[in-house]
Amino acid sequence: MDLDSQEQLLQLSETHGRDDLVVVIGAPDPESAAVTAETIAKGDPSYAGALAGVQLGLEVRHVLDDEIRQEVPDDVWEAQIGVMADVLDGAALTEAVAKASQGDGASG
Amino acid sequence: MLKGKQVVALGERDGVSGPAIAACVEAAGGTVAFSATECFV
Amino acid sequence: MNAPVVVAATQVLAHVPGMVRHGSKPSRELPKDGDVERKFLASLRTFEAAVAYPPHQAYLSTLHPRALPERPWVGTAGGSASRFGGGGEVMPEEELLGLLAAVDEAGLVTLTPGLAERAAAALRTHPLGKHLALDRIERAVGDVGGAREARGSLALHVGAGPVEGAVRPADEVDQALTASVLLENLSSKATATLALLHLIHDHDLDPQSIDYVIGCGEEAIGDRYQRGGGNLAKAVAHSAGLSEASGMDIKNFCAAPIPALMVAASLVHSGVFKRVAVVAGGSLAKLGMKFQGHLRNDLPVLEDVLGGVAALVQADDGVSPILRLDSVGRHRVSAGGSAPQIMEALALEPLQRLGLTTTDVDDFATELHNPEITEPQGSGNVPERNYRTLAALASKRGDITREEIPEFVQTRGMPGFAPTQGHLASGLCYLPHALARLTSGEARRVMMIAKGSLFLGRMSQLSDGMSLLLERNQGRAQ
Repeated sequence: MDLDSQEQLLQLSETHGRDDLVVVIGAPDPESAAVTAETIAKGDPSYAGALAGVQLGLEVRHVLDDEIRQEVPDDVWEAQIGVMADVLDGAALTEAVAKASQGDGASG
Repeated sequence: MLKGKQVVALGERDGVSGPAIAACVEAAGGTVAFSATECFV
Repeated sequence: MNAPVVVAATQVLAHVPGMVRHGSKPSRELPKDGDVERKFLASLRTFEAAVAYPPHQAYLSTLHPRALPERPWVGTAGGSASRFGGGGEVMPEEELLGLLAAVDEAGLVTLTPGLAERAAAALRTHPLGKHLALDRIERAVGDVGGAREARGSLALHVGAGPVEGAVRPADEVDQALTASVLLENLSSKATATLALLHLIHDHDLDPQSIDYVIGCGEEAIGDRYQRGGGNLAKAVAHSAGLSEASGMDIKNFCAAPIPALMVAASLVHSGVFKRVAVVAGGSLAKLGMKFQGHLRNDLPVLEDVLGGVAALVQADDGVSPILRLDSVGRHRVSAGGSAPQIMEALALEPLQRLGLTTTDVDDFATELHNPEITEPQGSGNVPERNYRTLAALASKRGDITREEIPEFVQTRGMPGFAPTQGHLASGLCYLPHALARLTSGEARRVMMIAKGSLFLGRMSQLSDGMSLLLERNQGRAQ
């Protein structure tokens, strides 16, 4: 994950607290989604950024997660996501994020 | 999940971008605390 | 009358395994871990492997991307693959280091006597050697050890071999003139010059007939007072002997080539200039960007080539493919930044405006990044995702049925074959293929689509992009 994003996440988790903060990611591939989710949950696996060794443990979801989909009005979903819901594999992305943030994911 | 929450939108250029996630979050009643898009090519 | 056409396009590669360590990612990662550095150096490709690599042959246009063999491409044996294929070439590293010295007007490069001699000898027999300032290679000979001791200098190697040269900073404290920035700029200048020389001399063009050169590479040359000052294009025009040309650069992240073609076509159409060349050199910063993924998967370091491209735009000659200025697709500020919104704005809106559908376009050329490079680092298959997005929108519009989506992707799209230097991948790399398909081939229309990640500069959250149609010239037929 981008070093600036790591810095921002760290600061926001300090200002808002874990319960108020949710991270929604838009990665196209399960592998990159897993790395992002793992960074947010367990710290930066590349030890390059502000989240190196920091277990934020924040709630993290992929934007194509069904739970997110249900909360977004149809017209907005159609305009912003539209055919990407068909192009990307939402189920695989949701699962990759869940696994990685629960401690079972790929490391890299 | 999103309503009333502070949300960080971490988009990817090749998937769903930061602004697209942010628009969904706002429409769902969340507040976008930070939004970014990454590009790996 | 002045319909702008593309008469010729040429692509070159320079295989620079020794320079990959100066790519942005390796330069940050290698010094941290000796084991990683050793594995990295042991995973550099040979020149023969780089020439034989099928995507490189597709880049040189010796084969169409849709004719690429099944993957894996890595490990392909040499066979009939040639260094000088299609219209350009793959230049080996020693010659490229010589070329850096030949286009270096500021005495930035120092070479060992051995390297300088080998490079000069090779370039003297190179088909374009007589057009290069080879005397500069000899003048670059110096005490490389001493040059390496200067603060802020960078070492030049051939592959994993010993130090053979050095690049010095032009100003020790100016962040825009450090050795690494200057090596990036010089690499871009050298590869753009090589492409432009091939364009001119392989097509028997008169260098004096070119009025203007537009640069669309990724480097923004300048100094501390104007970091993106620009005009590498004119420096390239000078190096290639275009004495009557002036030039300018067009910046738009990876999308720049399509705006550059649009401006070139507009200048010709309006009669401002008769002949405009569009050029771009390779991006050193992006070399080895995904090397960690490659090493993790026991692949060689695949991002080891600098690309170069040059194309010539002029008024209608009755034969060459026409750049349709009425087809320009732009991404408006209000268009929205999601992938489908961008594709809608760039691909569908212009076609609709012209009364065409997606099936009226034979080939779509967009972001043709080689997936063998991107997938091991978890970035997926970029062109395939683009084609699926486009096909899904075409189906939604009723141009094709849902069942026809895979066929659309396969026949109107193509596998990615470009080095992961966004400006090359963004449609531009397909130009020589497009010219062939629209003249001797059977295509009627090719759409080039480029996207630029404007948001990376932190001044906006927006993306940008542009598209342009190339169409078969019906002139002589009528």
